[in-house]
Amino acid sequence: MLDDIDRRILRYLQADPSLSTSELAERCRITSGVCWRRIEKMEANGIIQGQEAVIDWTALGYAVEVSLRVTLDKTQARAFDEFTAQARQVPEVIEIQTFLGRVDVRLSVIARDMSHYQQIYRDRILTLPHIADIEALMHIARVKRDEALPV
Amino acid sequence: MIEFDEMDRKLLHALTQDATQSAGALGRRFGLSQPAAWRRIKRLHESGAIKGRRLRLNAEALGFGVTVFLGVKLARKGQVSLEDFERAVSAIPEVQTVEHVLGLYDYRLRIVARDLADFERVLRRRIMTLPGAGDVEANVLLSEERLPGPIGVSTAPGPESPNGASSARR
Repeated sequence: MLDDIDRRILRYLQADPSLSTSELAERCRITSGVCWRRIEKMEANGIIQGQEAVIDWTALGYAVEVSLRVTLDKTQARAFDEFTAQARQVPEVIEIQTFLGRVDVRLSVIARDMSHYQQIYRDRILTLPHIADIEALMHIARVKRDEALPV
Repeated sequence: MIEFDEMDRKLLHALTQDATQSAGALGRRFGLSQPAAWRRIKRLHESGAIKGRRLRLNAEALGFGVTVFLGVKLARKGQVSLEDFERAVSAIPEVQTVEHVLGLYDYRLRIVARDLADFERVLRRRIMTLPGAGDVEANVLLSEERLPGPIGVSTAPGPESPNGASSARR
């Protein structure tokens, strides 16, 4: 199990993953050796899975992001599998989530502008199989995005 | 906005899988010299295409078994300040992301909790007491996959467990 030192390391590392081991050790008030061994151990047992670059799609020319909340026709036994398999083939879909609740599946779709979005929506989204209902939420702003865990 | 070519897209995609790769290693993989790879990566950062790094943690192994997406509608619009609501909701540690949206709800929150009882505690004590919070709709995340988007060719993997492992396979 994790102790206070591990949690401290994870807190600082989540806030700034680019910190070097010595900078991180200094903030956690431990030696570099201890810090390095703790990180090694958390990597070995799968707590720390890696680091990923976060892309700003707006900077790449994708100004529009829409959250599509989809209810599927559950009388079709393979509705989930067939829907998600085809949604994966749409390049502008960047996230697929499935839920327990009123919404079955949510797709995050990006587009260059509204007319591009309209084209994707008509040609690639509405043609996906087993859609019973679909609702759109348009992104205005991301207020908090760090996805940090409260360790 | 600046133009990005095929090589930039390859580098971006590789960095979303593992941001710790060096310019030298990426250069060798894609047939670029170390300085050329380094210049391109620097440009991706400076142009804002890469806006940072995220530590990928296994949420389940850390005891966070439940992720819930919560749609929140503000009550008494016009009387509550959006800034006050945003500041207060962003300060809740269990709230991982806050998106201001247009449509059925005003805000979309991603919340982690140890289990459903813990989620109920967060919802009642922290969310429902926020200034201006009105109707909410909760959906419990079952699975999540992040796709490379227009920068990569989808490899069409199967769904995974909701927490942590979600983005491991870009």
